[in-house]
Amino acid sequence: MKSLSEIETVSKRSTRAAGYSWGIAEEVGKNIRMLEMFGLPGIKNLNHYFKVKKKKKFENLSLINNENKNDILEFCPIIAGLSFLDQSRSLENLNLIKFEKIAYPLLFLPFISRASEVIGKKIQLKIDNKIFLLNYNHSLYSNSSEEGIIEVGNDVLINFKENKDSFEEKEWKELYKFSEETFVEEDEKSKLNSAGAGLTDND
Amino acid sequence: MEVQLRNPNVIMKLSRLGSFHQSKLSFLRSFLKEFKDWEYKRDLFDINEFGYGVAIYSFKKDQRVYSLICFANELNEDERSDRVIATKWDAAFTLYDGVPKKHDIERLKNEVPKQEVGRLSYKELTLSRANKSLRLFNHVVDCLSEGNQPDLNLLLKVGYLYRTTAVYGSGKFGLADRFRIKNRKEIYGPFRLEMMLVYLVRQFTFDQVNHVAKNKNPKKAVNLDLEICRNLGIGNSTGLGMAPFIVNHPTLLNNWIYARETALKKIREIKNVKNKDQNLFKKYLKKSLKNITSWNTESEYQQKKIKSLLSDLHLFIDFIENKFDFSDEYAFNNIYLWLEKNTRDECIEYIVSMMMEPYDDIINPLVNKMSSEEEKYFTIPTNRTVIELKEILENKYSKILNIDFSKNENNQNFWFISKNKEEPRLADRFLDNGSELEQPLAIARDIKKLYNKLSVFKNTLTIDRFLAKCPEFRHVVRRAFIVEKFPYSEIQDNTIGKSIVPIDMLRLKLSFFGALKFDPRSDKWLRICMFQGAPLPQQLKNYDDQWVYN
Repeated sequence: MKSLSEIETVSKRSTRAAGYSWGIAEEVGKNIRMLEMFGLPGIKNLNHYFKVKKKKKFENLSLINNENKNDILEFCPIIAGLSFLDQSRSLENLNLIKFEKIAYPLLFLPFISRASEVIGKKIQLKIDNKIFLLNYNHSLYSNSSEEGIIEVGNDVLINFKENKDSFEEKEWKELYKFSEETFVEEDEKSKLNSAGAGLTDND
Repeated sequence: MEVQLRNPNVIMKLSRLGSFHQSKLSFLRSFLKEFKDWEYKRDLFDINEFGYGVAIYSFKKDQRVYSLICFANELNEDERSDRVIATKWDAAFTLYDGVPKKHDIERLKNEVPKQEVGRLSYKELTLSRANKSLRLFNHVVDCLSEGNQPDLNLLLKVGYLYRTTAVYGSGKFGLADRFRIKNRKEIYGPFRLEMMLVYLVRQFTFDQVNHVAKNKNPKKAVNLDLEICRNLGIGNSTGLGMAPFIVNHPTLLNNWIYARETALKKIREIKNVKNKDQNLFKKYLKKSLKNITSWNTESEYQQKKIKSLLSDLHLFIDFIENKFDFSDEYAFNNIYLWLEKNTRDECIEYIVSMMMEPYDDIINPLVNKMSSEEEKYFTIPTNRTVIELKEILENKYSKILNIDFSKNENNQNFWFISKNKEEPRLADRFLDNGSELEQPLAIARDIKKLYNKLSVFKNTLTIDRFLAKCPEFRHVVRRAFIVEKFPYSEIQDNTIGKSIVPIDMLRLKLSFFGALKFDPRSDKWLRICMFQGAPLPQQLKNYDDQWVYN
């Protein structure tokens, strides 16, 4: 089994060899490490993408808009992802961001996961019928157990999730009630003696 | 009185970093401190009459066990090489996480001796190999087998029976990634497990030499005297592989230097130095001279440094003995200011290390702050602006911005990774091939280029827009935002200039390891000694923390 450190180093070097700058290669190294740690096929997709990239051109998307499409070429997942990460603070006000045809979209995913950490919001990433919920770069939830190569994401949607509770207030109150069963009822004496503070704070 | 931390523009120059010495902060000293209460055991010693076979040593506390597995093999004389191109060694080692089972040992027997071309697993933590100092090893065997102790002068000259030529960890060749173990309290300090491996290897070398001598002449042989063992260490032969590490781990480098600088600042701020502390300082300073007078090297470069160190130290000792009053307020600050005025880099840094000796209360809390989570600072704050980045460069790289990289001499070298061993190398840009595959280690040059490039962009432009137009600067933009937070994270020097002395980079790292007796064999590799004078495993429960000077 390869260690994550080996995975990061080889991914970084191969990205540089594929023509990206060292700084971008460093980002990709970290990303592939993350994908493999989350159990997603990072090495497989990166390897395939670099092989295809030798014969085929991809579009570099450097400015992210609400809707991003190119009629001729598929987007490079690395440049599109990096642009998204770098611009994420100004993008979070857009509720929904659409991309058409991102090549090897699994390579795009870690950038979005890291953006979730940067802006402090969960992000839902939909790649055609596959949904990924990215939780502040700490974990991800997905409806697909992806093990193979995804050559293109035809419709890729990004949705910033507002920081709000996943439950109703009523449910919270019910659970809170349960938690109260760990508390001790206070009498007048313990109110005076057990808290530790003075009886008056008018000093 | 508040003393300022020393200026990174001065301290982070390579010539200064290459003058650092071991101290109380050094990793091998903090390793011994952490593991002194652990139960040490030799679990297996399946070694034949010639010294070949398998041995296992362990440290255990509560439910945690670390086991060193040693494989000693026969090696022809013509196969013995310290160079990284070697493929066979006298012995190979791995530190196993737990107690190895039979099938683990069988698996590792096939892999560990192969080193870089073998495959390890997440159960193995560190990996190393070592060669005998054959002349010395044979001499010791001959003497012991005849019932005599070896020639102490000869032992002192070399200082060790074995020399390691690499110690690997953190995920190399399939070893456990650091994330698996980083939360273990006992390994909060950097390189703890590498230090453990080297320490246990030292014990193996004593056991092996005793065993071979005993088998050679069972009736007459005696064991190597324990006091002699204690005064032997483990050698290490180190090449350029170590140099890029300190460039590639900026926040870790910062935390090492920051701990040292914080210690110095706090010591200089002591208003009244207690008698017992000044006596301890003076006592160990004088005792430490032995480490300098017994420092053997054929390197003219190092000989000059040792000579200047000795002469400065004598000057300093004369000063504190005859012209200095420790009862003055802020005595250590006065000493430091005197050193800056009257001595050179080697001596200044030597005394800085010595000043730490009396102060456990200052040093111990710093030891656990010397690790780093590099990942936390990896993402570039792209909402910052061009003017902010320019200001960082002007403030933090002021000396570097003055270097003229249009001159060949400032651009002379390039760093690359060799294909056959995947190891870092340094070559001449104008004579050698491969500069188009240069590694991103020419930080000074790239920072200067970045600064020039920024001047054509609007000050209010945000960094995300700048990077979209100039992705080639991404690696140095990241570094600039790191150095803004971590003042000692960057070497303030040109790592590709004609006058670079790469061993300065190695020495910096090795001084934090706690190495003694740096012996440069060229400007690109050196030999050192570790754990010389350190307590033996069975002496750990009650040992003198200042063993380095005994």
